[in-house]
Amino acid sequence: MLWLVATVAETIAETARTTTLRLDVPVWPGHRAGQHVDVRLTAEDGYQAQRSYSIASPPGADRLELTVVRIDDGDVSPYLTTVAEVGDQFEVRGPVGGWFVWDGDDTTPVLLVGGGSGVVPLMAMMRHHTRTGSTAAMQLVYSARTLDDVIYRDELTTLADGGHRAVTLTLTREASPQWTGHCGRVDTDLLDEVGWPPPVRPRCYVCGPTPFVEAVSLALVGLGHEAARVKTERFGPTGA
Amino acid sequence: MSIVSRGFRGRRQPGAGLIPPGQYIVDGFPVLSAGPTPFTPLEEWDFTIVDETGAVAARWTWDEFRELPAEAPTVDIHCVTKWSKLGTRWEGVSVDTLLDGIETSAEFVIAFADGDYTTNLPLADMRDGQAWVVYGFDGEELEPEHGGPARLLVPHLYFWKSAKWVRGLRLSDDDEPGFWESLGYHNYADPWREQRYWGD
Repeated sequence: MLWLVATVAETIAETARTTTLRLDVPVWPGHRAGQHVDVRLTAEDGYQAQRSYSIASPPGADRLELTVVRIDDGDVSPYLTTVAEVGDQFEVRGPVGGWFVWDGDDTTPVLLVGGGSGVVPLMAMMRHHTRTGSTAAMQLVYSARTLDDVIYRDELTTLADGGHRAVTLTLTREASPQWTGHCGRVDTDLLDEVGWPPPVRPRCYVCGPTPFVEAVSLALVGLGHEAARVKTERFGPTGA
Repeated sequence: MSIVSRGFRGRRQPGAGLIPPGQYIVDGFPVLSAGPTPFTPLEEWDFTIVDETGAVAARWTWDEFRELPAEAPTVDIHCVTKWSKLGTRWEGVSVDTLLDGIETSAEFVIAFADGDYTTNLPLADMRDGQAWVVYGFDGEELEPEHGGPARLLVPHLYFWKSAKWVRGLRLSDDDEPGFWESLGYHNYADPWREQRYWGD
């Protein structure tokens, strides 16, 4: 698979630690919602570092969009989130991964469960749903620490249309009394309350840090969802 | 020639020369798997070798498996998602021990695991002290999220070849792409040649 030159066209500060990079990649071959790319940075003396990042933009979007969380002692994310400016260049190759994808070619209900930056590939699916006018019922359950840590906050409000798309936010550390939504981790009770019952046989996508993915995927299986319909993607603590 | 990214200097880990291209060293042990962690009770667990005719050539229960001669390899592991972990300590049974006495002309192996996971390897890559079925990590029982009760360990290939929750080996005359090998990942997966994806 070839390395392609990506040029930063726009940067968006999503949260204090999270930045979205909109990239021009002239010969991007296209991707499926949920896939990721490898990013390679090269220093002047030839030193290189590679990492993988989920794609946030839907298939067919004008620009390839990556949402990156800054890991302070990381090698690549500090550059992408705090140094890279419009016009800067690095290399990408992909798309990668053919498992954690949603193509939207049928109306089977979809349950997306994201923790922290695990929302990124799920956002590509929500955007793909919107863009294609899918009539599949799609529910996103998204866990963040505080309201200020919620990535895509405004857009999520728009995407939840009260019809085919719904968003449930739960905050694990929000102290503000203004927050009247769900509090605490995504657990069996919350999934039972807002997800679909297992007989509906939704496709389930779970993405986040390992303890989150372990807990949520086991809760889904415990509720009666078939393990084979629960797809997972894990971001390790070292996903720098 | 790669383009230089303006202002990128990099963190530069010591020991970078010890790992394959494009990798970085981690101290922790990240977890990657495609679905929920399966939990097979040990009394239902077995390990089976199926030969190229489809016949069961060997089968062990958990207790029988634990009585097989054990080895304690210390190896470096390399995940296709870029992390490498140096000097990992495992305990388990060499695949040479498992294949001992089994007559076969097969050239390939399909390892199969709970959760419907499969991965394919040349049989030659599993012989001569290159592969183990391990049940211990770092002096402890192998945790379920890392593949316990037992996983394959083939450290000279990217780590998805080291199937978690492995339940057996199927010997085959034909090479049959496994789970990730069917989804865009390299069929052989040598990290030193950076064989991550199809076409690498």
